Amino acid sequence: MHELSVTESMLGVVLRHAEANKATEVTAINMVMGDMSTVMEDSVRFYFEIIGKGTIAEGAQLNFKHTKLLARCPVCGKEFEVVEYNFRCPDCEGVESEIISGREFQVESIEIN
Amino acid sequence: MEIEVLEGVFDANEIIARENRALLDENGTFMVNLMASPGAGKTSFIMRTLEGVKGSLKSAVIEGDIAGKVDSEKIAATGVAAIQINTGGSCHLEAKQVNRALIRLDLEGVDLVIVENVGNLVCPAEFKLGEDLKVMILSVAEGHDKPLKYPLMFSESDVLIVNKIDLIPHTDFDMEALEDTVLKMNSKIVIFKMSCRTGEGVDAWISWLSKRVKER
Repeated sequence: MHELSVTESMLGVVLRHAEANKATEVTAINMVMGDMSTVMEDSVRFYFEIIGKGTIAEGAQLNFKHTKLLARCPVCGKEFEVVEYNFRCPDCEGVESEIISGREFQVESIEIN
Repeated sequence: MEIEVLEGVFDANEIIARENRALLDENGTFMVNLMASPGAGKTSFIMRTLEGVKGSLKSAVIEGDIAGKVDSEKIAATGVAAIQINTGGSCHLEAKQVNRALIRLDLEGVDLVIVENVGNLVCPAEFKLGEDLKVMILSVAEGHDKPLKYPLMFSESDVLIVNKIDLIPHTDFDMEALEDTVLKMNSKIVIFKMSCRTGEGVDAWISWLSKRVKER
């Protein structure tokens, strides 16, 4: 639901880096999106088509790399995939697990001319 | 040519959230970001909280709604400073909107700011505002199965308020199942059960919050 403002932020990041590199055109935007991100890929594509118009990123290819929700147990060091949002360590039942991936929504790189 | 960017899409919001944090720190103000679905009882909860801390904490409220000023008028009628933010269709508050409201509030001498986020269990969880505490409300009528449907909200919140417990006898609400699921997602979350209608359970929250505000 918040993809319009998220897509605007994404486009802002892309244009800032493109301009800093004196690009005349952005041909592709490579993004990493975690499984626990609340952002929907389809909605980002939809809004990008509209708000990208008239910018040097118009028509750029959007590539999404999805990352799984992974956590690390600080007690025993076990790294595990979080299933059904159960963050309890499957080995030692430790409850303090920290997320190591799966929350991010990042612009990894852009391809420019 | 490929250019490495490595920048989070939420970074810009987080920079402003840190500015809010600094502004609050300068004034010794504690900020609560209150999130819940529409109808969970956010405004009633705020009214109960304001009543509970009256006389010991100076409070102010920032009301985020898509449109209208019903809530801020209700709060202002109690004599507490209230600022309305209309998001104009947006489903969540962002740090920059809260920044403008904090500046308008004049934080000097204000101990507690409660931000009522837009009624929504999804988007507000993604946007940091610079708060000390993320508090979410789940009302009994919504059902105990919500954590797995809105995982980010439950895993990001510091406090879960289970509201409308006076309705439990009329529903199939399973408190034990709720607590079990939530604690697996977020072992640090603090849970308070209450009814803002009857006032049951409100005191425990008020004394816990007052302690947190005074400790900071």
